[in-house]
Amino acid sequence: MNINKGCLSLIAAAMLSVVTSSWAAAAPQKVIVGSADFPENQLLATIYAGALEARDIPVQKKLNIGSREVYIPALLDGSITLIPEYSGALLSYLDAKNEVHSPEAVAAALATKLPAKVKMLNVAKAQNSDVLAVTKKTADKYHLKTIEDLKPYAGELVLGGPAEWKTRHEGVPGLRDVYGLNFKNFKVLDVAGPLTLTALKNNQIQVADLTSTTPDIQKDHLVALEDPKNLFAAQNIVPIVAVATLTPAVEKVLNDVSSQLTTEDLIVMNGQLADFVNIDDVAKQWLDKHGLSKK
Amino acid sequence: MSEWFLSINHWFGDDGLIPLLAQHVGYSAVALLIAIAIAFPIGCYTGHTGKGEALLIGVTNALRSLPSFGLIILLVILLAGYFQSDAAFILPCIIVLVVLALPPIALGVHAGIRSLEPGVHDAAKGIGLTPFQILTQVELPCATPLILSGIRSATLQIVSTATIAAYVSLGGLGRLIIDGRAANDFAQMTAGAILVAVLALLIDIFFSLAVKLSVSRGISRRVKNS
Repeated sequence: MNINKGCLSLIAAAMLSVVTSSWAAAAPQKVIVGSADFPENQLLATIYAGALEARDIPVQKKLNIGSREVYIPALLDGSITLIPEYSGALLSYLDAKNEVHSPEAVAAALATKLPAKVKMLNVAKAQNSDVLAVTKKTADKYHLKTIEDLKPYAGELVLGGPAEWKTRHEGVPGLRDVYGLNFKNFKVLDVAGPLTLTALKNNQIQVADLTSTTPDIQKDHLVALEDPKNLFAAQNIVPIVAVATLTPAVEKVLNDVSSQLTTEDLIVMNGQLADFVNIDDVAKQWLDKHGLSKK
Repeated sequence: MSEWFLSINHWFGDDGLIPLLAQHVGYSAVALLIAIAIAFPIGCYTGHTGKGEALLIGVTNALRSLPSFGLIILLVILLAGYFQSDAAFILPCIIVLVVLALPPIALGVHAGIRSLEPGVHDAAKGIGLTPFQILTQVELPCATPLILSGIRSATLQIVSTATIAAYVSLGGLGRLIIDGRAANDFAQMTAGAILVAVLALLIDIFFSLAVKLSVSRGISRRVKNS
């Protein structure tokens, strides 16, 4: 009996070790895709994930994480290994004093500033930058064209934006230091989402942080103020990957996505999301259209 | 962590602890009073008459399943068009907290009255009390422990949920949690969470004392029968 038991456990142990070692050998490292907590970024992450899955690269999604201040540390500690980013905003996060603003210069500067653990892949043509927007009525009333024009009136106006704008340079501190704007109040809403838009249209706030791909800017005739002092740098979409999971296959898939993604695509897709089309469906449509879905 | 609390800047000013705490207690108190004003009469009616019990339980269960977070954003979007001011944010916040507090209060009052021994009710009737006198002089005093426990759980739910006010740009202790999260400032976030927990505990202690002091000694069975 004893011998039998011993044999059995030996066999079991041997089988277990065979199984585990074959797992380790067969499975390529899983790509963990993260995203920020606003719809467009979740959509981009879903597109990356869909394109990778179509090439049989195992993917895990951890979407809706939070602001850059939260997900970049997560990328560096390995909790996630891939995230869609915006070149200028990431550059400011890494180096608040940067002064470049054209898409090419931003991309070049970003490549030198990234921590060694992560790598940026090709930058997409698609851009989505922060814009300060006002309603047509407000723009006409105060004759606003650029952010500078706000200066005499800022004390009467309420600004609305995401919570991270309280402390981020490209937010309330930057508007104060670069443009000398001291708004009457700053209201914490969401990242250019339904709360911000509702509050802007109904005058609870008069100036809002929106993104240039927000479809409502055209639909509701909002005025995006120009940024002559380049507080908000060029924001091309760029995948940031942890070096540990970066294989040539992963790199090729993501570069294929970036090479076909345009700003117009983003505006159209954001419009679909605003009409409550499912993120997965919008992502799948884009992948199908560009031949990046599973054959 | 203690450093965060020791910095004087974190206590006063626009986003300081004192104003945020005052706002938090303010939203909670207003919501609680409105909820009591609505739920108390309903509970008295269904408890006293025994009518509409199934409806009450059905409706309160349905209210309980409403997600506060979704409701507040929906209400802001629906109501913002009717207000120019901050009322567009305050009203949805109060409505959500009231909705949260209605079920425990109404059910507490209802169950308290229904749990009265039939003999007591008959005796009250027998000595010639009117229905209103039975309600105010017999049923409600006897139901006090359950009524207070309903209000107590409603208050705790309101205080812990009032953090969502910060999500729609208002103040309250949720401000520390949401702003702290966005800026990756864990000290600030933890401070907010701890303060909400401490506030809830203090209120719970207050209620347990209130129950002890206000309930008739005969009902609470604190008097030993000798």
